[in-house]
Amino acid sequence: MTPRRTMATARRVLAQLRHDKRTIALMLVVPVVLISLLKWVLDATPGAFNSVGLSLLGIFPFVSMFLITSVATLRERKSGTLERLLAMPLGKADLVFGYQIAFGTFAVLQALIATSVTVWGLGLKVIGPTWAVVLVAVVVAELGTAMGLFISAFAETEFQAVQFMPAMVLPQFLLCGLLADRQAMTTPLRWLSDVLPLSYAVDAMQRISTQTYVSRATWLDLGVVLAFVLSSLLLGAVTLRRRTD
Amino acid sequence: MMHTLDVQDLTVVRGGKLILPGLTCTVQPGLVTGLLGPSGGGKTTLMRAIVGVQRIASGSVSVLGLPAGAPELRHRIGYVTQSPSVYEDLTLRENLAYFAAVLDAPAADVDRVASEVDLAPLLDTVIRTFSGGERARASLATALLGSPELLVLDEPTVGLDPVLRRSLWVLFRDLASRGVTVLVSSHVMDEADRCDRLLLLRSGRILADGTRAEILAATGTSDIESAFLALVQEEPS
Ligand SMILES: Nc1ncnc2c1ncn2[C@@H]1O[C@H](COP(=O)(O)OP(=O)(O)OP(=O)(O)O)[C@@H](O)[C@H]1O
Ligand SMILES: [Mg+2]
Repeated sequence: MTPRRTMATARRVLAQLRHDKRTIALMLVVPVVLISLLKWVLDATPGAFNSVGLSLLGIFPFVSMFLITSVATLRERKSGTLERLLAMPLGKADLVFGYQIAFGTFAVLQALIATSVTVWGLGLKVIGPTWAVVLVAVVVAELGTAMGLFISAFAETEFQAVQFMPAMVLPQFLLCGLLADRQAMTTPLRWLSDVLPLSYAVDAMQRISTQTYVSRATWLDLGVVLAFVLSSLLLGAVTLRRRTD
Repeated sequence: MMHTLDVQDLTVVRGGKLILPGLTCTVQPGLVTGLLGPSGGGKTTLMRAIVGVQRIASGSVSVLGLPAGAPELRHRIGYVTQSPSVYEDLTLRENLAYFAAVLDAPAADVDRVASEVDLAPLLDTVIRTFSGGERARASLATALLGSPELLVLDEPTVGLDPVLRRSLWVLFRDLASRGVTVLVSSHVMDEADRCDRLLLLRSGRILADGTRAEILAATGTSDIESAFLALVQEEPS
């Protein structure tokens, strides 16, 4: 891996995005629209938006970045450019980290916009600091990017890639503590919930929404999510094969 | 003399099917070698093995004195895949600049290779709007970055008009005269006339290996297409 090649790859992916204004718009606008919709749907139930909205802010960025990244890397594979790159002196980690840096940049932007609209536009009340909310949203978006990169290695067609989304996201959505309290789950479900990264993101968001400060436990949750980001990236680089059938 | 390519007893299985059943051949430096044969004969598979992206079952492939796929080789080989592999959503310049950065090629290479394939006027155009032939040349331009010693070109002239085809063959000749080894595949037999040496490949086997004149003399034919048919007939089945 060389920084020059990693950055060249990141710049190239960003240039591809720049030529695709509609995708940029969708990336930045869709989470905002969804959260606004949620706010209006829950308007009749006092306090409901406050308890759910923040957790969803920790889930939407994951979903959208996961989808975008897995489709983009699949396209790289299908277009033959991956085969060409792997015959060139590009490290496998250069490719994976280059993608992560490029999409990760957008992830930061997306998280900033979604959080600002939710907190200031829709009036979500957070007891903890707002920057911590942004931080969790960013880390979750990075997680979506990293896992999308990793999972796309196992998809051979666009249809498969799109199927991975519900397969990866819905179980996490059900088990992350948003629909049912994690402590109240049966032991096997609890274990499953414990090995899924989004559970930690939702835990962190819930702590931030009720504590005035960022506690050790919150940092620990964030650390776990970051560890998932790093391991997904490393696995993504390791599972990429130069030689194929 | 050292061969640029030395393939010994190469066996490749793809999707459970034996594609190359122990293929042996060599390619000499500084020449244009044509890899000719019918569709499905294994040309792409052999080329993928040479550039080190094909998983092989057994045998050896040595390229410029090193085992195929060695990291030291990745700077020294230019590879054009059969279907054009460039980023559709980038301009030609953005494509070339990226691949040049990956190859550590000088920035001036971008303009040089674009004019070598006659695409200089389209440098700032997005590939998506290119015609099929323009795309193929964009893909070829990428392989010329960084002045590789070996060019592996998988059907680079398919779908091009006669004028363009001729100008590309002039380019291949010119590269060979500067010492570059060029391996070109084609299933169009009349491209044989432009190659220094030929490898005829069918069903994963080399039917003939030599100059055009040698192959014609050995088969008592007057063109490569007839030579090919004669060789197919005498092959033990
Ligand atoms: N990914 C794959 N999995 C399984 N079999 C494959 C795969 N790719 C190619 N083959 C088979 O390998 C054989 C040789 O294919 P190859 O692409 O090397 O032929 P070719 O000589 O390049 O043909 P063409 O002139 O049509 O490009 C074919 O029979 C093909 O069906
Ligand atoms: Mg082929």
